[in-house]
Amino acid sequence: MSFAPVPPPIRRIDPDAPATIARPGSNGVAGAAAAIQEAVAERPGTKGERMRINDLSIAYGTKLAVREVTLPVREHEVLALIGPSGCGKTTLLRSLNRLTELTATAVSTGEILLDGQSTHELEATDLRRRVSMVFQQPNPFPMSIFDNVAFAIREQASRKPGKAVLEPLVRDALERAGLWDEVGDNLDHPALRLSGGQQQRLCIARALAAKPEVLLLDEPCSALDPKSTEIIEDLIVKLKEQVAIVIVTHNLQQAQRVSDYVAFMYLGDLVEYGPVDQVFNAPLAERTKNYVAGTFG
Amino acid sequence: MSTTARNPGPQIVHKRGRDSVSNWRLIDRLALYACWAVGIGLCTVAAALIGYMCFRGIQYMDLSLLVTNPAVGASQADSGGFLSPIIGTFLLTLIGTVIALPFAVGAAIWIVEYGRPSWLARAVESAIEVVAGTPSIVLAIFGLLLFSGSIFEPLSFAADNGAVVGKSFLTAGAMMSLIAVPLIFTSTREALMQIPAQVREASYALGKTKWATIRRVLIPSVRPGIFTGTALGMGRIAGDTAIVVVLLGATLTLEPQGDIPLIKTLRGSGSTLTSYVYNNSPAGEGNAPQKAYAAAFVLLILILILNFGIDKLARRSKKESV
Repeated sequence: MSFAPVPPPIRRIDPDAPATIARPGSNGVAGAAAAIQEAVAERPGTKGERMRINDLSIAYGTKLAVREVTLPVREHEVLALIGPSGCGKTTLLRSLNRLTELTATAVSTGEILLDGQSTHELEATDLRRRVSMVFQQPNPFPMSIFDNVAFAIREQASRKPGKAVLEPLVRDALERAGLWDEVGDNLDHPALRLSGGQQQRLCIARALAAKPEVLLLDEPCSALDPKSTEIIEDLIVKLKEQVAIVIVTHNLQQAQRVSDYVAFMYLGDLVEYGPVDQVFNAPLAERTKNYVAGTFG
Repeated sequence: MSTTARNPGPQIVHKRGRDSVSNWRLIDRLALYACWAVGIGLCTVAAALIGYMCFRGIQYMDLSLLVTNPAVGASQADSGGFLSPIIGTFLLTLIGTVIALPFAVGAAIWIVEYGRPSWLARAVESAIEVVAGTPSIVLAIFGLLLFSGSIFEPLSFAADNGAVVGKSFLTAGAMMSLIAVPLIFTSTREALMQIPAQVREASYALGKTKWATIRRVLIPSVRPGIFTGTALGMGRIAGDTAIVVVLLGATLTLEPQGDIPLIKTLRGSGSTLTSYVYNNSPAGEGNAPQKAYAAAFVLLILILILNFGIDKLARRSKKESV
């Protein structure tokens, strides 16, 4: 087949992690808990809250991946989820458009609201059109560039609407993803012939094509070279004018560069949440201070 | 060897470090030569087969044979050609493939994409393995038994005494499809299993249903695999004799049944190149070995063209996507 092999993700293991989880309350959360609860709480009267996560817990079988997390996702803002591997940030991200449901053992409690409506009241397919996702590995479909972008707009299994209707939408999506200048003349070329960075921007264009309200990015640059990373980071900053963005990243500098708010997770707990400057320069929790200083991770 | 080991000049080390056959242990060298011998032996067999068939075929081949029907004649000179067996081969291959494709591709998709409950998935896989392992003569006899049932009369025709004969292009094609199903199933399943989970996830994350994902992403991706399996299946159908002899009747020409155009041919009996070769060789009625050679030559060429053509098609469709 025509797919590049997927390298296994790099796992970083915190040697004292098991001991920490055995003693709840000592997870570095305690001191900051009250302040964080206030930060994540719904502010009455504030506009622009797209999504709200309330008391969300997710477990895979008996393993708790996310524990009682409450978070807002606001319009015109980039929210970065940071934390060491296995802290639950990707699980949290995937739960926002119910991709966690694809894992048979995953169970969750709590609620996620999209514009005030529980995501479980929506059809999963509608939800995922409104809350779209881009993955760590660029994963364009083995078809042309045009078909990749048009795929999201086309009705389920049918090929309608026709090319004349799709063309401006595809062009718009590619322009928003900053890819039009590079591929506009070669829309019928196979997407898998693009470079890695272009493939990832194509995936972003594909995700933008259905005009989502929230864009989820799961470590979108970790498989890319520095130049492509820079292009995509610029793109993220531009895109937040149009969609709310949640990005999971391992790269603290990247979180600092692109995000407005940062949520630091550790072993399934939300440890810290606040504006990017506060989290990186004056974190409330000891654990956050150590993490952003690079003491562990 | 021992002198160079004691005397390790850099150039000598480099030379000795190379993996050359003359440095191998005896047993390794013997195994290598054995592999060579087996490989060359197989090539020789294939070359001899094709060479001999080409030699005999061209010797007895006459283009007029391709456009005349078999005829009853006392000598080889007036026993006609094999136009209707050629039509029969194409028709039967087409029917068998058309029936097999949806079943095989559907089963493969179900096994890989759904596969629940798992006991049923295992049962389906073993069932297909059983079909794959059944000799075609057994399929033929089973088919004859099955299609002689009176409810299957529309598929074939009834004899004068009212008994359903069960022999027609449709019944033979139905059993032929069982030969192709395992091949198409296996290659489709392998191709599906090679698609990484992240590709499916990308589609779901865009709000696509499972069916839309299968229809628009997975099936286009596995098309080369489906082509390969189909080519193998078509080759097997075109080359099978037992089902033709048992289920297509013993008539050398097409014998339509009824009055509806096309359907009458499908319900009727006929022959294929394989049964024609069998009937004309000394093993069958045995009085036209020259015709048998010429027909066998045509069959061989047809199957080689088929394999070559579908291979090309699969390559092209692969190229388009990558």
